[in-house]
Amino acid sequence: MQVTLLYFARLRERFGMAEEQLSLPEGIQTVAGLIAHLAARGDAWAEELAGERVYRVALDQEMADFSAQLHHGAEVAVFPPVTGG
Amino acid sequence: METLPQATIPSARFHVAVQVGDFDLQAEMRTLSAGDRGIGAITSFLGLVRDLNLADDVVALELEHYPGMTEKALIRIAEEAAVRWPLHGVSIIHRVGKLYPGDAIVLVLVASAHRHAAFEANAFIMDFLKTRAPFWKKEWTPEGPRWVDARETDYSAAARWHKVVSEQYGNDEHD
Repeated sequence: MQVTLLYFARLRERFGMAEEQLSLPEGIQTVAGLIAHLAARGDAWAEELAGERVYRVALDQEMADFSAQLHHGAEVAVFPPVTGG
Repeated sequence: METLPQATIPSARFHVAVQVGDFDLQAEMRTLSAGDRGIGAITSFLGLVRDLNLADDVVALELEHYPGMTEKALIRIAEEAAVRWPLHGVSIIHRVGKLYPGDAIVLVLVASAHRHAAFEANAFIMDFLKTRAPFWKKEWTPEGPRWVDARETDYSAAARWHKVVSEQYGNDEHD
């Protein structure tokens, strides 16, 4: 399954990228699985995604929770809580 | 946010924009009210960049957003407001890029037949914009840049609207 990942604000800076295309290993079906896969990269990925830091996930441009099901071609964005206005 | 059935949304006019440049309050008000003589009230909220946050000097703000999702989120927030209050139109403009103290950063206009609906819907939209629209602020201080953290008070401000009874402004007898 191929997904597009987008990172914003602090996470974009910490990960050193704004976007990547990722082919997910067999067995990853949900946002939770994807996040665990990313956190396993270690360093900033583990600190931001598997530690105390708070972040949000959007699936296809809608806020999503960890149980949300991924699909081929999904756009998944990971970012800090929003601070506009 | 729940998806609302299209049929429940009144025929209010929604305009949202995310832009680098400044906006013209008078021009935006004229656009919102053009051709609609049923509008009796327009409330405007204008947010400005201030020079002090958490006791530090703020030299500039840098606004980042999620193109595509931002516009959808703003439209959704306007629709949510139009379900709760009888609105004729909503205009939401948010600036991005580098801004300086005194600059306008956000404009929310709400048009209705009556002032109460226009006031309340405007506050509702700003509260939800602050918690649901994907914008992020970076502050530039004399010590360097830092990302602004989300505030718990913004979430409690948005949560209070769950207590608002939608029927409260379901008729025209409250002006």
